Amino acid sequence: MAGIGSACLFAGLLTAVYAAGASVYGARAGNGAFVISGRRAIYCLAALMLGATAVLQSAFLRSDFSYALVAEGSSTDTPTFYKVTAMWATQDGSLLLWALLLSLFSSAVLFLTRRSLRGIAPYATAVLAVVAGFFLLLMVGWENPFGTLANPPAEGSGLNPLLRHPAMMIHPPMLYTGYVGFSIPFAFAVGALITRNTGADWIRATRRFALVAWTFLGTGIMLGALWSYTELGWGGYWAWDPVENASLMPWLVGTAFLHSIMVQEKRGMLKIWNVCLIIATFVLALLGTFLVRSGILDSIHAFGASTIGVQFLVFIALVVIGSTVLVISRLPHLRSEARLDSLLSREAFFLLNNLVLVGLCLVVFWGTFFPLISEAVTGTEASVGPPWFNRLTTPLALVLVLLMAIGPVVSWRRMSPAGLVRAFKWPVLGALLTLLVALALTPAGERPLALLMACFAALVLVVVGQEFWRGASARRTISGDPWPRALSRLVARNRRRYGGYIAHAGIVVLFLGVAGSSAFLQQRDLRLSPGDTFSSGGYHITYEKATATLGEDRAGSGAPITFGAVLRARDENGKTFTLRPSRNFYPTQDASKGAIGRFFEGEATSEVDVRWGLRRDLWTAIRPDISALADPIREANAKFGNSSGDVQALVIAALAERYRRNPPPATFRAIVSPLVSWIWIGGGIVLLGALIAAWPSPEARLRRVRSLYSARLGRDLRAEPS
Amino acid sequence: MEYALALIVLLCLVGLVVLHPLLGEAPRSSADEGAREELEAAKEAKYREIRDAELDVQMGKLSKEDHRSIDRELRAEAIEILERLDRLDGTAPDS
Repeated sequence: MAGIGSACLFAGLLTAVYAAGASVYGARAGNGAFVISGRRAIYCLAALMLGATAVLQSAFLRSDFSYALVAEGSSTDTPTFYKVTAMWATQDGSLLLWALLLSLFSSAVLFLTRRSLRGIAPYATAVLAVVAGFFLLLMVGWENPFGTLANPPAEGSGLNPLLRHPAMMIHPPMLYTGYVGFSIPFAFAVGALITRNTGADWIRATRRFALVAWTFLGTGIMLGALWSYTELGWGGYWAWDPVENASLMPWLVGTAFLHSIMVQEKRGMLKIWNVCLIIATFVLALLGTFLVRSGILDSIHAFGASTIGVQFLVFIALVVIGSTVLVISRLPHLRSEARLDSLLSREAFFLLNNLVLVGLCLVVFWGTFFPLISEAVTGTEASVGPPWFNRLTTPLALVLVLLMAIGPVVSWRRMSPAGLVRAFKWPVLGALLTLLVALALTPAGERPLALLMACFAALVLVVVGQEFWRGASARRTISGDPWPRALSRLVARNRRRYGGYIAHAGIVVLFLGVAGSSAFLQQRDLRLSPGDTFSSGGYHITYEKATATLGEDRAGSGAPITFGAVLRARDENGKTFTLRPSRNFYPTQDASKGAIGRFFEGEATSEVDVRWGLRRDLWTAIRPDISALADPIREANAKFGNSSGDVQALVIAALAERYRRNPPPATFRAIVSPLVSWIWIGGGIVLLGALIAAWPSPEARLRRVRSLYSARLGRDLRAEPS
Repeated sequence: MEYALALIVLLCLVGLVVLHPLLGEAPRSSADEGAREELEAAKEAKYREIRDAELDVQMGKLSKEDHRSIDRELRAEAIEILERLDRLDGTAPDS
């Protein structure tokens, strides 16, 4: 079967080369048959990648350790869900996932544009084929996921325990879907530049793909944050880690792109800016993949490190140079069709919002690559930490939120200052009320930036509410519909606008969560024995007893041993509840640890327990001290090293029971984090808004059908009667 | 052996699919369909802009004078698109 997988990859590479060649030849020679042939080659590429993925998935599900990848990333006792998702925990597998997603996205966009964009689409096909070809070349030449072992082991190494988390398994495909999705507008932008057709056609055809890519990338980032919060055991959701930053950068520039293309669609302006933004987004997406895979920067994602960094760098350099030359050579075709009528217009505020988003991206870029830059300049690697990022990004985030409040109330082209004042009456009142309530009822006064964020967030939320209210009122005036119907029809007829407003509301809710949880977080690290009590953030917490279980880890990650604690917590109102933080221990294949010891001395992961709440979370983690078991484990290794598996299991159970009965003091971390749940709720609201904005309107569907019938009618009427 | 055999079979299957358009009759020209779809999309976008401007004036974001001039420009652009659509159908009115 491995041969079939490898054959799919090589056939895919040849197919991608053919698709690029046939499409370019067809476009240049005006030969539609070659263009169709090139497009069909992309469909075939998708089928080949599906075939390759099926072969690899089948190997994971069968635990076929003759595949190096399966032996490295799975084991017989890995739960089925993690076997299915283990493919993208490995480098070779994630390259295959990239190629699969790219071929599927490419097929979808080429199918949808098969009757339109006849000039641009063949060149876009070629660009997509080249990108797919690059990933296939990496797999065929350096990182073949179908590599086999001459002497397969009886058992695999198993999936990295840190990755055994549902969010972490969904997170990579989400990020990759985002990265891949942005290659669609990039390819069509290149096609538009090559053909000098720099109007808004390519934007209209690919806007939805960009929005879907942005949504997936954002969801992937949120899932990564959730994984960090609930799995990594440090209690935070964002560490400004290079790989986290690598996914944030294309999202920021992609956000700028989604806003600025509206200016080009409506006014024919910002053409150069838009092609530059989508090129930057695509390059940053490649850079994101490169950072995860190259290992050039220290990261909590060090499990991804490998040796294809040079190839990535060469490809990124080619994309940057090629795109830059193309943009410069097409500058005369990228002139704006209109001028900015007024600084008090929506297009002006979109431009400002773009500058802030790109500024944020530059800050993140500088901080992320500072270790490399400092090493290159001074010879010493220095890095900037979270405080540096927070200091620079917080003011920019505040400006961004303020612009999110002003942008929606300003009309296109121009608006009178009096109109702006009128539109801001209620939002400003809402912000002032928030200021008073926050000062009176919360300690927000101690943190001016957090307080400012709360006021700006209120401004945005009232603006969004006001937009819905005024829009529905206007509809009611015209149609006389009742409120619910007027509101639903308003959204249905203006999905992009109102979906966008909902996404804005989600973003500010998310920012509120970030501001609250980072400004007012209370953390305690303690060493406790059973019976000890401590207080944090209004909670009284007692370490009641230690726990030790075998094969019963809550996360279902397949950990054989779990040590933990039962904590009894009481809040200010006297309400009590129980928390059970624990730590999973996974066996190592290192024989030097002994037959028994290998179960205790392998990798360990925190299984935190969180009391979720809208007002605050109580987050707890434990690091049990199992050093007291060292001597008994050594004795057990000597006595039972050659015993049967059943006997060894009994010995392990006895050791676990020994810990449970006489637990030494354990290290605990307890964090009271206000408003942190609003980060996840805000993310959900953004997702809802993006789905509404991306959903095809009935007019678009009707238009497609109508244009087909109209064209057919035209042809039939022009045809000579027989 | 498995690899070579699979590669040959896969390439033959891909060849069948991608070479078919080159070997058969040239596809019937449907350039009009593409141009029409693009113009229809442009028309819908322009209509949406006109509706947006109407909504803006009803919501008080745009003064009536500003709306009048913007609406005039947008309608002129929409008419241009409609004329191009008519030319595609061969039904453009004689001027």
